[in-house]
Amino acid sequence: MIPENIKKILSNEDKEVATRKAYGERLAELGEKNKNIVALDCDLSKSTMTALFAKKFPDRFFNFGIAESNMISAAAGLSTMGKIPFASTFAVFASKRACDQVSISVAYPHLNVKICATHSGVSIGEDGATHQAVIDAAIMRAMPGMVVLSPCDGTETKKVIDRIAEYKGPCYVRLCRVASPVIFNESYNFEIGKGVKIMEGGSATIISAGFTTHIAMQAARKLEEDGIEVDLINMVSIKPIDSMLIIESAKKTGLVITVEDHSVIGGLGGAVCEVLSCNMPTKVVRLGVQDKFGSSGSPSELVSAHGFDAASIIKTVKENVC
Amino acid sequence: MDETKRKELEEMAKKIRVDIVEMLCESGSGHPGGSLSLADIFSYLYFSGIMNIDPKNPGKKDRDRIVLSKGHACPVWYAALAEKGYFDKSHLKTLRKYGSMLQGHPDMNKTPGVDMTTGSLGQGLSCAVGMALGAKLDKLGCRIFAIVGDGECDEGQIWEAAMSASHYRLDNLIAILDRNGLQIDGYTKDIMNSEPMIDKWKSFGWEVIEIDGHNLAEIENSIGKALNIKDKPVCIVANTIKGKGVSFMEGECGWHGKAPSEEEKEKALRDCMCKA
Repeated sequence: MIPENIKKILSNEDKEVATRKAYGERLAELGEKNKNIVALDCDLSKSTMTALFAKKFPDRFFNFGIAESNMISAAAGLSTMGKIPFASTFAVFASKRACDQVSISVAYPHLNVKICATHSGVSIGEDGATHQAVIDAAIMRAMPGMVVLSPCDGTETKKVIDRIAEYKGPCYVRLCRVASPVIFNESYNFEIGKGVKIMEGGSATIISAGFTTHIAMQAARKLEEDGIEVDLINMVSIKPIDSMLIIESAKKTGLVITVEDHSVIGGLGGAVCEVLSCNMPTKVVRLGVQDKFGSSGSPSELVSAHGFDAASIIKTVKENVC
Repeated sequence: MDETKRKELEEMAKKIRVDIVEMLCESGSGHPGGSLSLADIFSYLYFSGIMNIDPKNPGKKDRDRIVLSKGHACPVWYAALAEKGYFDKSHLKTLRKYGSMLQGHPDMNKTPGVDMTTGSLGQGLSCAVGMALGAKLDKLGCRIFAIVGDGECDEGQIWEAAMSASHYRLDNLIAILDRNGLQIDGYTKDIMNSEPMIDKWKSFGWEVIEIDGHNLAEIENSIGKALNIKDKPVCIVANTIKGKGVSFMEGECGWHGKAPSEEEKEKALRDCMCKA
């Protein structure tokens, strides 16, 4: 069931928004109030939506062409001059191609760079494996001092962008290509290090972040119709993770299912396993990309094929619930 | 160059070389060759008055900045910073020790006067591009000096940075290329030939000035000229000798990343101080 305090923050609009679009729009808005914000891109501004900022503030937008390593280190340099750089490209390039630059130019000196990477997960669809980021959260999570965030909808994305613009330190935000249902309304409050329990129930804990949260919500509602009530946690903050929320729920239910459009190695599922193994050993079933590369296909085909659509979540809960 | 000034800068370069040898002997590891090749350039940068800096105010907003993209040469930077008064010289003997203010590669959060963290080759020049962009946005008149190695130019990122610097017309960015002709495994011409180096920088849209990197007058003239170039970044290609100042290191492969032993130290120091 949905707790009363949560009902107040859920949207009743029947709307779908891509988190990359929400990012682009919010960044352009923030640029007005905060003159130190600058944006950087690598020839993908119409996809990452930094083009919206670029149109309003052409002097504060820097396109680096297809050169992600240069962009990331240049963002680091800009931050030393008091600017707040929002650096964007596809998540595959930000995390893999420019990995050493993120690590050494940004994370090691703990510089105030915000890496907002779009097109995460297999749900990007037809471009296929080379463009589907499935280990980006794992890579970023392992960087000391990096805040890793995965907003589930347009509202959460805007709150995330607002917050990281004020937060002092490196941040990585994984954003999506395709539109997904708006879950939260404007009164939702985002905090770094905090997850949100959207639904409550004692049979199992489902923890999701990003694109899969709306899918997990569908599954949880269906399970409720079938008499199985679950704790559904939206873990937007992958690092630092909300350990207390996870432990408390696992204590209650004894069964945790994690769901992410990411490899089951090292991302949200990995992080949850780390928390529980150390504090409250609990069975965790990780749904997501099962240590595979992606492939071409439609977003919905791929989500099913990789076993983290609503039907798979429902089946997994039913198979594992005592 | 005024004779008095040249003598003073030469003496300071000697001091810097002595500091480099001493700190590396104490630490037992580090990079003498590529540090010694830069001693004259660093003497000029810090002691000629050319840079707008203040050791008492290392964070001042409009200061000129240095990015040591070839970060392993940090002994020369630490020596210059110590001699200039950014921190007490006693710290030099703590180089590379656990907890030291002087890390094995430059750390902007630990060492006063270090403007950017570097060490993984190829990244510093890009950082310098970002700094130059930020400086132009705020109309700060400051200059960014990026010190790059010739071996480092094997890294593709150097060329990404070079392309972007001329694209953005960064005339407040001056690269100084320490062209000592050596990298770790051997001569640059044998390991990965990067010639024609000067043509490459020109073709990327940079103004190139070639000098003898150990000639203080040439260093002065080139930087003076560089500061007056408009609309394009400048690369001062400094022909140097790796290990310059220590006879048994000069031009020798093998002194990239090996500290001199106690026995070698005495001879090295005598060489640096130009005694027979």
